[in-house]
Amino acid sequence: MCLGVPGKIIDIYVKDGLRIGKIDFGGVTREACLEALPEARIGEYTMIHAGFALNVLSEEEAMETLSTLHELEEFEQEASLEEDGAAG
Amino acid sequence: MTDFNYPNMESPVCPLPLKHNESIVMGHGSGGRMTRELIERVFHPSFTNPPLDAGNDFAHLSLPDQAGLQGRLAVSTDAHIVSPLFFPGGDIGRLAVCGTVNDVAVSGGIPLYLTASFILEEGLPVEQLEQVVRSMQAAAEEAGVQIVAGDTKVVEKGKADGMFISTSGVGWVPAGRDLGGELARPGDVVLVSGTMGDHGIAVLSARGELGFDANVQSDAAPLNHMIQAILEAAPHTHVLRDPTRGGLATTLNEIAGQSQVCITIEEAAVPVNPVVRAACEMLGFDPLYVANEGKLIVIVPAEEAGAALTAMRKSPYGQNAARIGSVLPDPQGRVLLRTLIGGTRILDVMSGEMLPRIC
Amino acid sequence: MNDAALTQFTQEFRSAERVKPVIEEIRRTVTRPWTIMEICGGQTHSIMQYGLDQLLPPEIELVHGPGCPVCVTPLELIDKALAIASRPDVIFCSYGDMLRVPGSRQDLFSIRAQGGQVKVVYSPLDAVRLAKENPDKQVVFFAIGFETTAPPNALSVLQAKAMGLTNYSILVSHVRVPPAMHAILGSPHNRVQGFLAAGHVCTVMGYEEYPPIASQYRVPIVVTGFEPLDLVQGILMCVRQLEAGTYDVENAYPRLVTREGNPAARQIIERAFITCDRNWRGIGMIPDSGWKLRPELSGFDAEIKFQVGDIQTRESEVCIAGQIMQGLKKPVDCPAFGTACSPQNPLGAPMVSSEGACSAYFRFARQS
Repeated sequence: MCLGVPGKIIDIYVKDGLRIGKIDFGGVTREACLEALPEARIGEYTMIHAGFALNVLSEEEAMETLSTLHELEEFEQEASLEEDGAAG
Repeated sequence: MTDFNYPNMESPVCPLPLKHNESIVMGHGSGGRMTRELIERVFHPSFTNPPLDAGNDFAHLSLPDQAGLQGRLAVSTDAHIVSPLFFPGGDIGRLAVCGTVNDVAVSGGIPLYLTASFILEEGLPVEQLEQVVRSMQAAAEEAGVQIVAGDTKVVEKGKADGMFISTSGVGWVPAGRDLGGELARPGDVVLVSGTMGDHGIAVLSARGELGFDANVQSDAAPLNHMIQAILEAAPHTHVLRDPTRGGLATTLNEIAGQSQVCITIEEAAVPVNPVVRAACEMLGFDPLYVANEGKLIVIVPAEEAGAALTAMRKSPYGQNAARIGSVLPDPQGRVLLRTLIGGTRILDVMSGEMLPRIC
Repeated sequence: MNDAALTQFTQEFRSAERVKPVIEEIRRTVTRPWTIMEICGGQTHSIMQYGLDQLLPPEIELVHGPGCPVCVTPLELIDKALAIASRPDVIFCSYGDMLRVPGSRQDLFSIRAQGGQVKVVYSPLDAVRLAKENPDKQVVFFAIGFETTAPPNALSVLQAKAMGLTNYSILVSHVRVPPAMHAILGSPHNRVQGFLAAGHVCTVMGYEEYPPIASQYRVPIVVTGFEPLDLVQGILMCVRQLEAGTYDVENAYPRLVTREGNPAARQIIERAFITCDRNWRGIGMIPDSGWKLRPELSGFDAEIKFQVGDIQTRESEVCIAGQIMQGLKKPVDCPAFGTACSPQNPLGAPMVSSEGACSAYFRFARQS
């Protein structure tokens, strides 16, 4: 139900009375409606669904998620080394 | 909340799609399952004969003995209906020439002659027709073929998208060359000549209906010279095919079915232009199903895979050639994809039209 | 983050090196079988696309909820849509997903083949633009979806009104997630022990509606995204709670979801829609589970504008492979089994995608 893709806002303007952004998805650009994101600024990343921007992507949270999982990765590596040691 | 009387809430029921056996719908032209079923149900029963029944995009033919022909003839035909007529990287004329040249060439044939029939829409600017014709000549020269016969018809305004072009091609297959979709063998290696999905996205972007702008060019190209180089370097190549509509996945399924083998590919190994990938993400498409017009699948015994790759990378149309998978004995007729995260998924043929989705 | 970084960033959430340790941790954590439901069709698609379900430990059973708005749109409404689309004065616009859905006798492909104007649009605002450019035609947009799609669908009506258009209308079949969760968890047949909530629905709605559900049914609910890494993280957090016996609401998608969601988006929805009862195809009526247009916007309601009269619905064949997979039905119960659908030639891909990513199909075909 929710095919959403992240993209970067590269321009903001008003068209037919609506707040519209030009979004760059990584070499592909398309307009999306920014009416639900009155605070969004050029350079920010947003999630687009059906031509509509739903929320601004928090880079901080994204990095946080990746680093938490990275700790898990390290924990796993240590744990499996221990296991090998115990088994050997 | 009151208690309801409903059947099992835990799993979705999906209304089954209609079969569309009574009238032709757009899905019949998609190159996927519906196209295949139409051919099997309607065309095969009437037209059946050994060259046709082999199920390739070409026919290998002999002449009566008196002709003294060494080797065989290769024949193929195609119709081109693209809209818009002109798009980044090409036009309907280039598509028409390259499509048929490639169909003959993947059979191991050296393409020699093409015919071209035009159905023109009333109101088409002659200048556009001239542009298309010049483009066809340029492609023909590059491929080294001649357009030797043709036809022109005109239909009323609204009955053709500007123009439709149908081409047929004839080539010569030297004796001892054996290539075909039924010849893939377990142990073979699967290669592709470059990035997948460029043509489909380029045309969709040019059409403008979905409102996106993708900086990508169609890959339409005549591949016969590159094919010759591959066959010289890897003479025991088993299968060559160009993945056109329906994409890589559909074409691999055809081959797996014809050869009754399993083809398995690595998602991470399939080259895809990042812009094409981004466009597919946005629309909900899979690049493995998007049309190409200048790419090759090469299925070759393992010991010749390296040579085939080197030959491709020397060609302007094979710079991004890559090894993407291999052929296994079973499950027969299936194509499997090992995903980015190490899972396995079945890669089926495309069913009908590929449509952008929200789900 | 620059452009190359955007691609790289996405790849991080799909990388085997990142996903594997999380799956390992799930394996370490789990001590008994658990049944977890993901309710979003997009999540189902992602799980099948990446083959994620095969990589999870066998104790975890992923059950796929009715999160496909395409599949749950009531048959009667599909038939109405087909009747409207057949009219020569109508340009019928729809998301691509809906074209394949069969009504009692036809689908939108058939209507198009008969000369009806059926257009696939990426966004309902494109349909509004079509209405402006074709003042002599009636443009009707098939407004389906969950809460994620409600803001664009709602805005299209508000926009058409602001532009003074009288030739734009929408055929509404919106469904809401929380009532569906109530219906699932409240069912006497329920086996679901943990929930992965739909991440993109929550970017709009937040997750304030979930704590009462979690505590009423004692079921942990984890707001989860769509990339493989998001999904395994959501599953891990759910499994940890299940093992610990807790039933809290957690957010595994913080880069896009906050507790309050997006108030501006919800305001747009509320300006156009009010809640209503909805029929879910294959399930039945769930009270208060849908949205419809506000009475003052009835001029934009296609059901009112086009009186399509008595529709004789007849449910076409339904794929019940999902129920077969859960061991709740036998293959012979399925109307299509062994005839139209077989392991060698499964019908596949009814709605979720054109490439056969239907969850039931994949598992069915893999097992054969």
